[in-house]
Amino acid sequence: MSFFDVAEAAVAAALDAGARYADARVMHKRYESMEARNGEVEDLNSDESAGIGVRALVGSSWGFYAVPDLSDSAARLAGARATAIAKASARVAGPGVDLVPTTAATATWASECRIDPLAVPLSDKGDLLTHATKTMVEHGADQATGVYQIWDTRKWFVSSEGHRIDQHVRECGAGIQAIAIGEGETQVRSYPAARGQYGTRGWELVQGLDLLAHAPRLAEESRELLTAPLCPSGETALILGGEQLFLQIHESVGHAIELDRILGWEAAFAGTSWLDLSQLGSLRYGSELMNISIDPTLPGALGSFGYDDEGTPAAKRYAVKDGIWVGVLAGRDSAALAGLDYGGSVRADGWARLPMVRMTNVGLEPGPHTLEQIIAETYDGVFMENNRSWSIDDKRLNFQFGCEIAYEVKNGKRGRMLRNPTYTGIGPKFWQSMDMLSSEIEYWGTPNCGKGQPTQVGHTGHPSAPARFQNVRVGVRA
Amino acid sequence: MSESIAEQVLDLAARALPGAEVDVTAHAVHRALTRFANSRIHQNVAEDTVSVRLRAHLDGRTVTTTTTLTGPEGLTSLVSRTAAAVRSAPRDPGWPGLAPAASLALPGTVDEATRDASPDDRAARVQAFIEAAGGLETAGYCQTGHWSGAYRNSAGQALAAQATTADLDGIARDAGADGVARRSSVRLSDLDGAALGTRAAGKARSQADPVELPPGRYEVVLEPEAVSDLLTNFALFGFNAKAAQERRSFAELGTAQFDEAISLYDDPREPFDGEGTPRTRLALVEKGVTTALAHDRRTAAAAGAASTGHSGSPAWGPILDNLGFAPGGDRIEEMISRVGRGLLITDLWYTRVLDPRTLALTGLTRNGVWLIENGEVTRPVHNMRFTQLYPQALAPGAVLGVGAEAVPQPSRVFLGAWTAPALHLASWNITGGAAG
Repeated sequence: MSFFDVAEAAVAAALDAGARYADARVMHKRYESMEARNGEVEDLNSDESAGIGVRALVGSSWGFYAVPDLSDSAARLAGARATAIAKASARVAGPGVDLVPTTAATATWASECRIDPLAVPLSDKGDLLTHATKTMVEHGADQATGVYQIWDTRKWFVSSEGHRIDQHVRECGAGIQAIAIGEGETQVRSYPAARGQYGTRGWELVQGLDLLAHAPRLAEESRELLTAPLCPSGETALILGGEQLFLQIHESVGHAIELDRILGWEAAFAGTSWLDLSQLGSLRYGSELMNISIDPTLPGALGSFGYDDEGTPAAKRYAVKDGIWVGVLAGRDSAALAGLDYGGSVRADGWARLPMVRMTNVGLEPGPHTLEQIIAETYDGVFMENNRSWSIDDKRLNFQFGCEIAYEVKNGKRGRMLRNPTYTGIGPKFWQSMDMLSSEIEYWGTPNCGKGQPTQVGHTGHPSAPARFQNVRVGVRA
Repeated sequence: MSESIAEQVLDLAARALPGAEVDVTAHAVHRALTRFANSRIHQNVAEDTVSVRLRAHLDGRTVTTTTTLTGPEGLTSLVSRTAAAVRSAPRDPGWPGLAPAASLALPGTVDEATRDASPDDRAARVQAFIEAAGGLETAGYCQTGHWSGAYRNSAGQALAAQATTADLDGIARDAGADGVARRSSVRLSDLDGAALGTRAAGKARSQADPVELPPGRYEVVLEPEAVSDLLTNFALFGFNAKAAQERRSFAELGTAQFDEAISLYDDPREPFDGEGTPRTRLALVEKGVTTALAHDRRTAAAAGAASTGHSGSPAWGPILDNLGFAPGGDRIEEMISRVGRGLLITDLWYTRVLDPRTLALTGLTRNGVWLIENGEVTRPVHNMRFTQLYPQALAPGAVLGVGAEAVPQPSRVFLGAWTAPALHLASWNITGGAAG
C-alpha cells in the first residue's frame, strides 16, 4: 500500500462519514542536529517521525485528526474522526466556508540539493563545530557555541478534489556564536545570523558559510563590546544590515499580511493586524523603495516549495509594490472569505498539525544603492547589525529590536563600535522613512517562527539587504 | 502501551549495543484543542501520538534518537540508527551517567473525565464562554490532554506515570479593546467557561476611551495573567543551573535577591524527567533568598549536587515547566487601594530578553491597562512598551503586596502551568506608548 493509498483511504473515510471536502497529508520527516560548546559536542539528535493528518469540512466547520500509524485501518479511522470533530464544531458554527479554486494537480516536486546533509559523516560535522567553537574560546570568548540542523521531509498530499502531490524538501543550515561575560552583562556576536543561516539546500550551504574563517572575529568583537560605549539615545538616521532587516521584514510585514490574522482568527494568541482589507491596493505601507514579494519559488530559500499544504502551486506575487500594500498571505478558505482569488501560503510543521497561513519567502526586491554608498551618504547616524532581541505588539505596529553590535556613522564614515544598540518605532512610519536600499540581496532563513495553538514552528525565507531609515528612536534601555 | 514500548526498545538496544549505557523514554499523548475566533469554532484538532526516545552512551560518545514509528520495524530501525550513529558521534566528556533506580515521589494526577473529554465537552466550555461575553466578539481555545509516559534504563531504573491537563483561555473584544481570562487545571471540570467569559467581557467593556500616558517609572499591580510572564522568563533564564554555571543568569544561591514577600517554587505535573529522575516540589526562593536551581544530571554533576529532575536538552540545560509564586495575603482590591498613582496591568505580551544575565526584557502590555489614582481605578490606558529588569522589579523592598489567590495559568508547554498571584510592585519601567 503506497502512502498515496493511505492518504486516499483517509479522505474516502472522511467523505463517507459526512464531510463535504477532505484532504490528507502523509509525512515522513527526518531531523538531525548537533550543538557544540567550547570545543566539545554538547548534543547530537537524530529524529524520525511519520504519520497522517486529515482535515475534514462539514457544513461550515473544520475538523482535524492526526495519528502516527500508516495502516489502512488507522487512516480510515483518522478520516472518520476528523469528520466527527468537524461535526462537534458545528455546536458553535460560523458563516459558510468556501475554498478558492485550485487545479487538482498530480505532481512531484523536490528542492535542490547537491550534497545530502544526512549523508555527511557525523565526525566531519562534529569537527566543524568543535573547531569553530574552540577557535572562538582561543580568541577570547567566555562561551562559544555552534549548531547545525538538517530536515529531510517527504509528504504525500491527497484531496477529495483530486490532488495527488508528493514533495521532497531538504533543508539545512548552521551558525556560530561567541559570548563575552562582563560585570553584570553579556555581549554576543553571531555568524552568519543570530540563530544561524538556513535554506532549502544541501550541505553545500553550510560549506559556503566558512564558519571557521569568522570564528576569531566574533570572539574578538564580543570582548571588545564589553568596553565599547553605549549606543546613544535619541532620534537618528539608522542603517540596518541585511540580517537585522530580514527580521524586521518578518515581524512588521510578514506577520502583518497574514490573512488569518487580518480576519481575526489569531486574535487571542498571535494577535491581529493593523491592516484593514478595505485598504488593500491603496494603503501606503512604506516609501517607494519598498517592494516586498511573496515568492515560494526562489531556489534555495528556506520558504520555498512546489505546492503548499492545500495543493496550491507555488507562485510569486507582491505584498507591497512601490510602497503600496497590494497582497496578503492566504489560504483557500481565508481568501474566499476575504473575497480574494488566491491562496498558496498554507503549511503545517508536521503531520500532527493543522495547516495554517504561514510566511513563505517574504522579502525585499533589490534597491538602487550599496551599503558602501549608504554609509558614504550618511552624515550622522548609527549602523546596527545582527539581531539580538525582538518584540512587537499584537497588531504588528509597535516594535523594539536589539542588535548585537552597532557603529557610529559620522560624515560618511563608519566610526567607533557601540554596545547594547536598540531601536523602536511604528511599522508604517518606519518603512516610509526608508530612503536608501541596497541591491545586495541575500536570502535569509529563519527556522523558528512560532504561530498557532498548539504551537507550530515554521520555516520562512526573507530576501533582504542593508537599508537606511530616517528619524528612528535608538538607545532604549532598562 | 508506553511501558511495553520502553521495555522492547531497552531489550533491542541491549542486544545491539552490548556494554552501552542506554535509556528509553516512551510517551503516549492524546491532545485535543478546540479553538474559537469571531465567536465561532474555527479550528478543532486532535492527535494521538506515540514517541520514543533512545539515548545511548558507548565508548565516551553519546547520541539521542527519536521516532514515532512504534511497530516492530520502526523500533528496530530506531535501534539500528542509534547503534550506527553512536559509533561515529563526537566524544562527550560531560556524560553524567544514568539515573540510579529510585521510586516516584509524586503521583501524576489523572482525571478520567478530562482524559476522555470529547469534542462536544470542549465545545460546551467554548459555548459557555461566548455566551457569557454577552454579544462581544470572542476568541480563544479549550484544550484537554492525557499523557502516559514510561522510562527504562540499563542501570535498572523503571518508572511510569500518567497525567491529565486542561486549559481554557479566551478574550472578549469591545471596540478594539480586549479583555482576557485564563485558567489551567488537571481537571476540565475546574474550567468554568461562563465565569471566564464574564471576566473577559467585563475587562473589555471597562476600556472605553483610553488615554495615553508618558513613559516613566510607574507603581503597578500586575494581575495573574501578567505575572505568568514573569514566571515564564524566570523559568527559562533565571533558575536554569546551566545558565548560572556559565554566568548567564542573575541567580546566586544563598543571596537575598528578592523581596522577603517572594517565595518561588516548581510543582511538577509530570512526575519524572527525561533522564529518569523522579520529581518533587522544589523551592527556588524562600522569603526572598535564592535557595535552589533546577538541575539535570549534567549540571548536577558539575555542581556536585543532585539532579532535581528538570532535564531539558543538554545544550539549553534544565527546564522548569510549573513555576509558581507562593500566595500572599492581599486581595487585588486591597493592593489597588494602596496605590497613589500607578497602573493596573492585566497581561504582558511578546517579552524578549535584551540580556539574560540581568534578565532585562522588553515587551508590551496587552488585554487591559488602567490608571490607578488615590486607590481607585479611574480610567483605561492605551497599551505601552516597557523595558524592565525582572529581578529588579522583585528586589528587596520592591514588592508591596502578593495576592492571596494564586491562579493556575496555561503555559505553551504541554502539562506546563504557571501558578500566579497578583503582584503589587513599586516600580515598572514604561519606555514608550504603543503608538510610538
